[in-house]
Amino acid sequence: MAKITMREAISQALMEEMDRDPAVFILGEEVGVWGGTYAVTKGFYDKYGAARVKDTPIAENAILGAAIGAAMVGQRPIAELMTINFAFSAMDYIVNQAAKLRYMFGGQFTLPMVIRAVGGGGRQLGATHSQTPDAIFAHFPGLKVVSPGTPEDAKGLLKSAIRSNDPILFIEHATMYQVRGEVPEGEYTIPIGKSKVQRPGKDLTIVTYCKGLELSMKAADELAKEGIEAEIVDLRTLRPLDMEPVLESFKKTNRAIVVEEGWKSYGVGSEVVSRIYEEAFDYVDAPILRVAQKEVPLPYNRTLEQAALPQVPDIIVAAKEVLK
Amino acid sequence: MKKEQLLDLYYQMVLIRRVEERGAELYQAGKIGGFMHLYIGQEAVSTGLIAAREPRDRVITAYRDHGVALNCGISSNEVMAELLGKATGMSKGKGGSMHMADTSKNMWGGHAIVGGHLPIASGLALGDQYAGNDNVTICMFGDGATNIGYFHEALNLAKTWGLRVLWVCENNQYGMGTAVERASAVTEIRQKAEGYGMKNGQADGMDVMKVYEAAREAIDYIRKEGQPYLLEVDTYRFRGHSMGDPERYRKAEEVKQWQENDPIGIFNKYLLDKKAATRKQLDEIEARVEEEVTKAVEFAEASPEPTMEDLFKDIYADN
Ligand SMILES: Cc1ncc(C[n+]2csc(CCOP(=O)(O)OP(=O)(O)O)c2C)c(N)n1
Ligand SMILES: [Mg+2]
Repeated sequence: MAKITMREAISQALMEEMDRDPAVFILGEEVGVWGGTYAVTKGFYDKYGAARVKDTPIAENAILGAAIGAAMVGQRPIAELMTINFAFSAMDYIVNQAAKLRYMFGGQFTLPMVIRAVGGGGRQLGATHSQTPDAIFAHFPGLKVVSPGTPEDAKGLLKSAIRSNDPILFIEHATMYQVRGEVPEGEYTIPIGKSKVQRPGKDLTIVTYCKGLELSMKAADELAKEGIEAEIVDLRTLRPLDMEPVLESFKKTNRAIVVEEGWKSYGVGSEVVSRIYEEAFDYVDAPILRVAQKEVPLPYNRTLEQAALPQVPDIIVAAKEVLK
Repeated sequence: MKKEQLLDLYYQMVLIRRVEERGAELYQAGKIGGFMHLYIGQEAVSTGLIAAREPRDRVITAYRDHGVALNCGISSNEVMAELLGKATGMSKGKGGSMHMADTSKNMWGGHAIVGGHLPIASGLALGDQYAGNDNVTICMFGDGATNIGYFHEALNLAKTWGLRVLWVCENNQYGMGTAVERASAVTEIRQKAEGYGMKNGQADGMDVMKVYEAAREAIDYIRKEGQPYLLEVDTYRFRGHSMGDPERYRKAEEVKQWQENDPIGIFNKYLLDKKAATRKQLDEIEARVEEEVTKAVEFAEASPEPTMEDLFKDIYADN
């Protein structure tokens, strides 16, 4: 096992898949000469050249539309959105095109493409550049949404996404590129649509993903000092949502909280909690709580931004609440 | 232009430069966060443009907005306070570097979604047209922003509906690390206006007087004819795209060459050559700016942070 950063993990996945399959290419703003605004594709332009690492104009609709078209004729484009906030500038291509074309034409089209996008707050980028809108995208049948929380998962899931024959939105977190973690040596993939227990425990279940995983792991360490053993289930994929490990854990602990960085209303937590109530109502010992972003657009001011984002102490408070 | 006016333009350009140089230091010191895009090298553009407007004419721009804010008459105190995220900033610390606006100064904001404010500029002009006045909206944007659909939709609408917008493309040769010719089918941006039958022009953006004259002419035309106009201004940003840009996409010699055409240096020489100012007067302006900026930093540092209550304010106009 090698210990590498999230950035390295994603970069390795991209490189391995580009080496493996000549149909794979990257397009997006500043992915080439600049090396990616988060340095994920640093060195790619020199290695693969301008035809496979394509710097685009600032034109999100054209980026995604072109990726869709190229995918329909058999290539495997990886379209990078500099940040997920710019997905809103190309929403039609994600929602009305990528997610619909196959179904609407009776399965004639296949769209083997990945949309990589960076999301998340905490960097004082202001309201339009700090969003965690993952839940919105998970709303649409026809699109798959993946958002890993560890380097191991990021690498294995991205490789699967690139090999998949469906359009996949792959969401990374802007503050997690330096997160380090163990990654298996050599070739491996991780299946899309599988949740995973990242930390075993018996007292309560914490359901989370991406940045929420990092926060929940820290909270679980704190809780453990007080003798509370939290079991953490990482969704990893938001659509299709794999509830099996969540339900299995919940049937054991009978208490749960859901932690996500996005807004609480209509969020990932809303979905997960409903499913637990629908599928494991008899096991509920306490109301299930959600820890999420306060219902405000994120402000620039650092103190206010941090106050609006979910934090480790919020998770601890919620965990203790459901254990009452 | 009268002598006092010329001196005032010089003051504005030096003020932008010094506010941003101090801003860059404060950023390095960790007192400013997020993205900060400096206008250094482009000061002549907004200074010349905004000098040509009447106070009733509106201004809207992208995230590279500190200079525009100062030219519109927002105080250096407020600009500095907003950079530091303080409650005394014009956006109350919620907007930061990219989001400076003051409607009382007819400055309708810095906007961080590339090209996003262009259709809004059409809307400002639509509102004025609907009200029956002949105010002009000055909309500034980068070369990179002319490749996104928003630009084309906004220009088409403005021409079709006869909206009074002065579209100003600040062609600083790059959109982040992408040179104009790598992203745009035509490198002369003004040609894009031709596709919409829109009158257009070009100006040297390193020379404040040339920008001013081109803007005067364009604004007169727009006001009189009730038609939009696109002005392409050639300029260059001396600093990186934003703080922390490794600048791998351009050569140091290229930057140096443009720096020899420093807009402040050019104007300084112009004023002396025309005997519009003495060396002493210009030195005095620089000293005055120095003092003003020092005070602005003190003001910003001493200002209060927004409160937890403020976090939940201004989400809606009605509660
Ligand atoms: C819709 C959208 N896509 C991408 C970005 C990221 N981005 C911010 S500035 C920029 C470059 C813009 O270049 P240009 O319009 O030439 O303006 P300049 O920065 O040179 O002033 C990019 C790609 C964004 N903010 N919005
Ligand atoms: Mg530019």
